[in-house]
This record gives sequence, C-alpha cells and structure tokens, in this order.
Amino acid sequence: MPAKGAPILDRQAPVGEPRAAAGGVLVDGVRRAFGDVVALDGMSLRVRRHEVVAVVGPSGCGKSTLLELVCGLQRPDSGRVEGEPAVLMPQRDLLLPWSSALDNAALPLRLRGVGRTEARERARPLFAQLGLEGFEGARPHELSGGMRQRVAFLRTLLSGKPLLALDEPFASLDALTRAQMQEWLAGALAREPRSVLLVTHDVEEAVVLADRVVVMSPRPGRAVGEIEVGLPRPRKRTDPAAVALRERALELLR
Amino acid sequence: MTRRLLGPGLLALVLLGAWEAYARLGGVDEFLLPAPTRIAEALWVDRGLLWDDFVVTAGEVLLGIGVALVAGIGAAVALHFSPLVRRTAYPLLVASQTIPIVIVAPLLVVWLGYDLAPKLAIIGLICFFPVTVTALDGLRGVDPELRKLMRTLDASRWQAFRRVEAPAALPSLLSGAKIAVAVAVIGAVLAEQAGSSRGLGHLILQAIPQFETARAYAAVVVLSAFAVSLFGALALAERRLVPWANRNQGDNA
Repeated sequence: MPAKGAPILDRQAPVGEPRAAAGGVLVDGVRRAFGDVVALDGMSLRVRRHEVVAVVGPSGCGKSTLLELVCGLQRPDSGRVEGEPAVLMPQRDLLLPWSSALDNAALPLRLRGVGRTEARERARPLFAQLGLEGFEGARPHELSGGMRQRVAFLRTLLSGKPLLALDEPFASLDALTRAQMQEWLAGALAREPRSVLLVTHDVEEAVVLADRVVVMSPRPGRAVGEIEVGLPRPRKRTDPAAVALRERALELLR
Repeated sequence: MTRRLLGPGLLALVLLGAWEAYARLGGVDEFLLPAPTRIAEALWVDRGLLWDDFVVTAGEVLLGIGVALVAGIGAAVALHFSPLVRRTAYPLLVASQTIPIVIVAPLLVVWLGYDLAPKLAIIGLICFFPVTVTALDGLRGVDPELRKLMRTLDASRWQAFRRVEAPAALPSLLSGAKIAVAVAVIGAVLAEQAGSSRGLGHLILQAIPQFETARAYAAVVVLSAFAVSLFGALALAERRLVPWANRNQGDNA
C-alpha cells in the first residue's frame, strides 16, 4: 500500500464552497487494486448530507479500502471520489496511551491549533453527554472497551469534519456493550446529525443505525444491492420490520 | 522487595564463597586472584583513592552518555525524516560500529589530548549506536493505522512526530539508553587506559604492575556498582516516564 498519495479531498475547501454545500460523498465507478489483488471494481455509492449509509459485505470485500478512499488516504486507480472532508474512525480505538481520555478526545482541536486549556474546555461537556464524566483524567488502559470506543468517537466528532467514516466501530465489543453503543450512537446522531458512512459486517447493526444499507459483493467489491431502511427512530432490533430488512440484506449477501 | 533480592543475594553469596575458598585453598597467587575479602579490604583501605578516581570516571561516563544521547537521537530523527539520509548514511553508521575502538583510542588521545575530549569521543562512539537504532526503530514502529488516523485528522508531519511518534519511541529509546550505560563504563575505562592520568581505568592500569591486584579488583567493583545503579535509575525512569509501555502489549495482541 502506498504510504503517500495526495489527498483527493480538498480539506482546505471553505464552507459554502459549492461542492461542500451539496454535502455527503459520491463514489462513482471506482477501481482500486493492490498489485494483483483487485479490492474494488466498479464500486459506486452515494451518501447524502446528514444521511447514514451502512455498507455490509463479506470479509475482504474492500470495505476498508472504500473508507480510506473516502477519507483521502488513497486514490482510486480509476473512477471518482468526491465529497466533504471525511474523518476516519478506525476499528481499534487507537487512543494515545500516554494521554488522558480528555486529551485524546481533544486531540483534533489541538492539531488545529487550539490551545490546551480551550481544547479541554470544549471537549469536557461532551464527556458528560456520553456518560464519561469522572473519567476525563483516566488513561486509556483504565477504561473499559466501550468507554474507549466512546472517547474515540468523541475524537472523531471533535475533528469537526462533516462526514464520518466509521470502520466497524463496535466490532471489538461484547454483544451487550455493542447494543448499548449502537443505541448511544443513534441518539448522538439524532442530536447532532452528520453524514455517516458506516462499514460493518453486522447486518443487524446496519439496519438499526442506517437510512440505507448498501450490500457489497465478495472481492473485487462493488455494490450489489441497496435497501432503504425507512423505519422510524428509535428502532428496536426485534421489530418485525427490522428483522425482515435484516433477512433481505442477508439474502443479498448470499 | 526483600523476597526478590533473596535469590540473587544467595547466588552471589555462594559464588563469593566458592571464589574465597578457591583463592585461599586453591594455591592461586594472590597477585592473580585476590580473595573477595582481600578486595573488600582494598575497597575500604583505598576508599579515598577510589573515590577521587571514581568522580573523574563517573563524570566522563555521564557526559559521554549525554553526548551519545544527543548524537543518537539527532541521528535517529534525521534518519526518520529523510529517506535519502536513511539510504545513504545508515549503512555508514552501521559500519562505524566495526571501528576497532581499542586500536583507535590511542590515536584519538594523540589527536584530542589527554583531557575530557577523547574520552567523550570514545564513549560517544560506542554508545550512540544502540541509542540511534532503538530510537529509530521506535519512531518507525508506530502503528500504521495510527498514522492514517493522524492523516485524516489533518496532522502535519511535525504534529505527527510530536504527538505520536516521539512519545511512542520513548520506551525503545530508554531500552537503548540502558544498553548504552552498560557499555559506557567499558568505554570510559578503555579511554582512560589509552591515555590518562586520572580515573578508575588509569588506577587499574597502574595497580596491576604494582602488584596491587586487590585494588584493581576493587576499582572493577566500583565500576560495576556504578553501571548497575545507572541501569537501575533508567529502569526507574522507565516506570515513571512510560508506564503504558508494558501494559499495552497485552491489549493489542
């Protein structure tokens, strides 16, 4: 994988610039290969502004590559990727072990040149919202997996980017914590809408969280189906309509 | 703590006892192998002499390690930031380690004089390499996923270095420093023997032809104790500075 590669997304684009105003992200007929391995071929996808799109697919279908393309970490070999500046939330929390939870969350602010005190003051109120109050000073290793993931999500939010690219954010958590985190994420997005591209291999998670579910083929990955979820929120995973959608998605995956 | 010291303490006692017995009953000449009790006696009797020379040597070692740390970290950062430097200079740095210091040391003394300069040069030459290699490995060993994350957060090259790479490299840098302190003491003795009128290396060099073998051994004891305490100080610093280093390995596995 090339370590470099100029970002395709113009991160310096001022707000109000036409492309940003359209919002979301457009992936159009993208092909990306690594040597002989073709990760994506003919992949197309659209995330509209403030829409949550989940991408499900078998392992190794190029989902992570798709996210990296959207985040400007890679360039497509052919095809187009255009859209708002995106921030990646990787599968592992990747918190800095030497920094407190608060400083980890405030990292994007510090990188943008905000002073330490101000960055902390801006991150602090969010800790209470996420049920993390009292843990501001804790080091990552002192937190549970679910808490670490929430801190990582705060860091993602505080980057201030309009598009969130979430790479199986809850895959490493146990079932109970995962369900709580999904509920919490749904709530957070209801309060503060963002455009979200959520990669997951958990079809249920996709149905509970997303407005649309895009199903990908095995490698080389491309979109083979799309499901409008259209269920009212908050959703219950046991709701018969949700279960039916889940079955449909699983059918497409087969 | 006491329990942890029990094992090594017992082992040391057994070894010292065997040494004592062999030196006294084995018919070895005292000028070749003084008994531990004789060395202990020399430590006490010559304490003034040993202390004066110890201060000299300790100063050289500490300054030499300082030189090695500055040069080693500087080299590691340069190698890390510039692929060109890495390609061109790294092989030369490795080659520099094959310079036979024992043979070059007297030349350095002639070149740089009898004072501190050749000592620092020799200690620095020996010690900067483990520092460079470990620091560079630490800088380059940062999780590639973390690099990607920093890029999507728009971190500049310098910010990525300061916020992620430098702290992440600290544990391996400290390991390098631990290796460096052990060899720094050898370097100091070597440098002093190549040309010096002071220091424990000089004292050893003089004691042996004077048949003061016990004094030479006493100097060795002082040197070892010094190296061990430097090593211990670094181990302590490690626990204070990088408390996350050992804990995290389990998590990420």
